[in-house]
Amino acid sequence: MTTLLQTSNLERLFGAVTAASNINVRIDAGEVLGVIGSNGAGKTTFVNMVTGYLKPTSGQILYRGRDITGKPTRDITRLGICRSFQIPQLFLELSALDNMLIALTIAKQKKPVFLRPAITSSIKRAAMDHLARFRIDGYADQEVATLPQGVRKLIDIAMATVADPDLLFLDEPTSGVSADEKMHFMEVLINALKATKTAVLFIEHDMEIVETFSPRVIAFYEGKILADGPTKEVLENAKVREFVIGSEFHRKSDIGEASSSEKGEE
Amino acid sequence: MTRSLDRTEISLMAGLPVLIALGFVLPEWIVNYIQVSLGTGLVALGVMIQMRAGLVSFGQGLYFCIGGYAAGLAGKFAGISDIFLLLALGIVASVAVSFVLGFLLRRYREIFYAMLSLAVSMILFGLLSSIEELGSTDGFNLPAATYFGWAPQDETAKYALYIATCIPTILCAFLLNRYLRSPTGFIGEAIRENELRVEYLGTSAHRAVHIKYVLAATVSGIGGVLWALALGHVDPEMTNWTTSGQFVFIAILSGTGNIVAPLFGTFILEIVRVYAVEVSPNTWQMILGIVMLLTIIFLPKGLWSLIRKSTTVNTQRQKTSEVRPGGE
Amino acid sequence: MLTAVAIAVDGLGFAAWLFLSSVGLTLIYGVMRILNIAHGGFYALGAYSAAWSVGLYVQTGSNVAFTYLLIPAAAIVVGVVAGLLIERGVLRFMYGRDEVLMVLVTYALFLILEDATKLIWGTESYVAFQPAYYLGTIDVFDIPYTVYKFLIIGVAVLCGLSLWLVLTHTRSGKLLLVVIEDREISSALGINVTLFFTVTFVIGATLGALGGAITAPEISVSPGIGAEVIVMAFAVIVIGGMGSVGGAMIGAVIVGLARAASVHIYPPAELFSIYLVMAAVLAVKPYGLFALAEGRKI
Repeated sequence: MTTLLQTSNLERLFGAVTAASNINVRIDAGEVLGVIGSNGAGKTTFVNMVTGYLKPTSGQILYRGRDITGKPTRDITRLGICRSFQIPQLFLELSALDNMLIALTIAKQKKPVFLRPAITSSIKRAAMDHLARFRIDGYADQEVATLPQGVRKLIDIAMATVADPDLLFLDEPTSGVSADEKMHFMEVLINALKATKTAVLFIEHDMEIVETFSPRVIAFYEGKILADGPTKEVLENAKVREFVIGSEFHRKSDIGEASSSEKGEE
Repeated sequence: MTRSLDRTEISLMAGLPVLIALGFVLPEWIVNYIQVSLGTGLVALGVMIQMRAGLVSFGQGLYFCIGGYAAGLAGKFAGISDIFLLLALGIVASVAVSFVLGFLLRRYREIFYAMLSLAVSMILFGLLSSIEELGSTDGFNLPAATYFGWAPQDETAKYALYIATCIPTILCAFLLNRYLRSPTGFIGEAIRENELRVEYLGTSAHRAVHIKYVLAATVSGIGGVLWALALGHVDPEMTNWTTSGQFVFIAILSGTGNIVAPLFGTFILEIVRVYAVEVSPNTWQMILGIVMLLTIIFLPKGLWSLIRKSTTVNTQRQKTSEVRPGGE
Repeated sequence: MLTAVAIAVDGLGFAAWLFLSSVGLTLIYGVMRILNIAHGGFYALGAYSAAWSVGLYVQTGSNVAFTYLLIPAAAIVVGVVAGLLIERGVLRFMYGRDEVLMVLVTYALFLILEDATKLIWGTESYVAFQPAYYLGTIDVFDIPYTVYKFLIIGVAVLCGLSLWLVLTHTRSGKLLLVVIEDREISSALGINVTLFFTVTFVIGATLGALGGAITAPEISVSPGIGAEVIVMAFAVIVIGGMGSVGGAMIGAVIVGLARAASVHIYPPAELFSIYLVMAAVLAVKPYGLFALAEGRKI
């Protein structure tokens, strides 16, 4: 297995607050990896740093052995690291198809092109195919602002994958998806991504989804990594149970199935 | 490259000979107005392509003025009257200034973009108003245009200049239409909606805005040269913010749906102004203001949306081009 | 030395005028997120109404001292009337719309006000210089200045101070700060946001009119003064940070001194210097010196 990403002693301060410190993570090509941790544990900060949205206060990020620390987002995207967002970042007044067309147009345009029309029948076909991969082609002509949250999440993820990234971060892909649809949603998603050999890191609060879809888990707590390893081990780790899972969502909790849907959203 | 001409491009190509022919058919005063409004129409086009990205320039007069003064100064101090050379100078000056200022402007959005573009245009206004050698607020006159050494007189000169105005204007409109359809132009719509996503898709929103800014400046500069030659005069009022406001007005009125709309809009406005000012000189701005308010409230996509409603091929495109910059 | 004193006094004079003309603009932006181009129209209305009423009054041959009450009264009347008409008649239907769109709306209102002013007062100039000279002059290092200039400085300081006191030391002021912070939550807390908007707009409009009215004795009031002042007011509030009253004060002092300096050292650069200062400040501090913090997150 080749190592895609390696961070060493990554740290980010906001004024006096430490949002993340001592983050050492290695991600291999093609692996699927879950990240757990309560709100404010530093999960999104980690993703923001690796994708160039936030500059780390100190530390280093190596991608395929190259130092990418502090590079702008767009360059990191071009290198093959993409992400989706907890709150979908879409072009709200445009249709789902237009959203994909823009994403594909940008992915294909390495240098500014002025006189060739952006939209051709082949790029339109590619956009529809891409929507179909995530089974949302039925919404192609609707304005994104009018679509349900679950569909928006999928469009967001579909846009993040147009460039066929080597490494994809999914920031809470199932948030905003209703509890009983989450499993199915992740299946569609992981199946769509498995076809591409993309390494996937997803942030998730639902432990059953983590258990089902990721062989490896990283647990964040108060800006630090509490545990990193095979899912089973991490979830059984006493500290993880105390500090992370205690506050998280258990589908098969002792309280039973009935209450789980109530706790589903947070 | 010329494959897949769209409806607008075909209309423009067909429209050019018609426009030139009209110059020989219509009464002289109408032809004059067409000529003048083609010049200012180009500036409105410059405002309009920025609006596509949600950017409202309240200082487009800057490049209108730079184009006009570039031509005027070349005429006054270097004795140049060749229209092609003057156009080239206008373009060079606009591109140079906008390229440099673009590094500043491209960092701003929304009202900050509007205000900063206004501020830089007023710098030039202040500067030109205080230079006595250039006639201060009165400006100065330009020589009559020549064409590669050919210096037509009287009627011939009028037609020659008219044709020489039509061709670059239509060419600019054609190329801008191409640009708006191209990947680089298409990104503008995305910038209006969500710049963060644009960056995450792997391209620089700043660079796209910079390119747009320079292109808008270029056509405005060309418009300035043509307008100055048509009137034979330039003055600092060209870069006053109230002039820029009129270009914004036209772009609002025409909407951003079609590249031809601002050219038509300018002409209609020019004609209406002549009559309105004659009938009631002190209510012209009031009429403009009321029309603008009504347009914003009832026709956010501009008057053009009324004409195109039934014939629109891609409704989505039209729908998305209203003046509503990104952000939530 | 003399030049330095002249620059300082003239600069403060300009600054006072600039502050009065722009503080209403920054207040309205801070509270309502409306960059009000029509502010130039309020300024013109104030200037015309003051010049016109002072002119009428002086013709009667009465004591000029009374004009010092007449000027603010004229400003308050036109400010309140025009402010109410515009806020209640147009703007309240547009709240929550995009900021850029609101700029365009107020631009349209500005055009309407320009002609309304012309319809009321015609296109000729009004001169009402008597109040500027009635109080005589005083010498500062042998340079004579009208007392009126210092009066304007005093009024500007007074306006700034009272605004600051109202905002920080009264219940309404504190509630207003809450409204500025979060419109929706304020509304949910039972604060009458609409009322705050109306009152703010009327106060802002009146301040604009006051800026015009108080300047009227020093200038020739003629068409176009609104268009001139609005860009200077923009420069002032952008330098200070839009929405900040304190910023407007600093911005006014910076622009005022810059303008006075160029007037005394190199007069042709007068207009030019203001925008140059603005562009220079923005190049370093993109959102002004005291910009309101704006959170952004993914």
